[in-house]
Amino acid sequence: MENTIEKQIDLKAPVSRVWRAITDYREFGDWFRVKLDGPFVAGQPAQGQITYPGYEHVTWRAVVQKMEPETLFSFTWHPYGIDPKVDYSVETPTLVEFRLEPLPDGTRLTLTESGFDNVPAGRRDEAFRMNEGGWTEQMKNIEKHVTQN
Amino acid sequence: MSRKTKPGRALVFAALGDETRLSLVARLSGGRPHSIARLTEGSAVSRQAITKHLHVLESAGLVRSVRVGRESLYEFDPEPIEDLKGYLDRVSLQWDDALSRLKSFVEEQPRDQVSL
Repeated sequence: MENTIEKQIDLKAPVSRVWRAITDYREFGDWFRVKLDGPFVAGQPAQGQITYPGYEHVTWRAVVQKMEPETLFSFTWHPYGIDPKVDYSVETPTLVEFRLEPLPDGTRLTLTESGFDNVPAGRRDEAFRMNEGGWTEQMKNIEKHVTQN
Repeated sequence: MSRKTKPGRALVFAALGDETRLSLVARLSGGRPHSIARLTEGSAVSRQAITKHLHVLESAGLVRSVRVGRESLYEFDPEPIEDLKGYLDRVSLQWDDALSRLKSFVEEQPRDQVSL
């Protein structure tokens, strides 16, 4: 079990094309299936209505972090926070990053989502400050234990 | 032991982000409950610290205390870890879908053909 989701995909389209597809709010909305209210602006919240069949009642919310042209686009959000009964604003959001790299015949897109272990400030226990690094490895060990038993 | 409200996933992740607690979970994940004294054996960490770590794990729902006779034992509950794994798998799958839609989008619509 990982604490970060990472995906890599090679696209047969130039970096400029991919950059526009992920940062133009209309184009993003097309493939991501959300009708956004307005353009993405670094440091600003973004929101819109999900257009994915069955989830049209859900409002999509994110806060744009970085927009480094043709290199990095990032936002924070509550991943697939689609349960209307849950108050996601009290949860610490995760960070989504889209990184672009040119390839001879297209673009390599690396997507990461991290921060699943961020505990909301109000729930922090003193004990959690003892956290040490390298726990991704440890999680694998735990998973092994759990699946073996 | 009464069942508390379900701890948040972030709390479970954070509870597991410590080596001592991970080693406690690893020992208890064998399925057999152990006493605090037993869990402290062979550990460089004091009994008091072990107790504190067990409480953190307990508040995250990863272990629970059970009474056997006059003894208080701790046992492992795999559910929060299974829940975390299922959750990450679902988020991961959603990204696979979204990225495959992005791929078709940029490869099939090289020009401005926004279809909203």
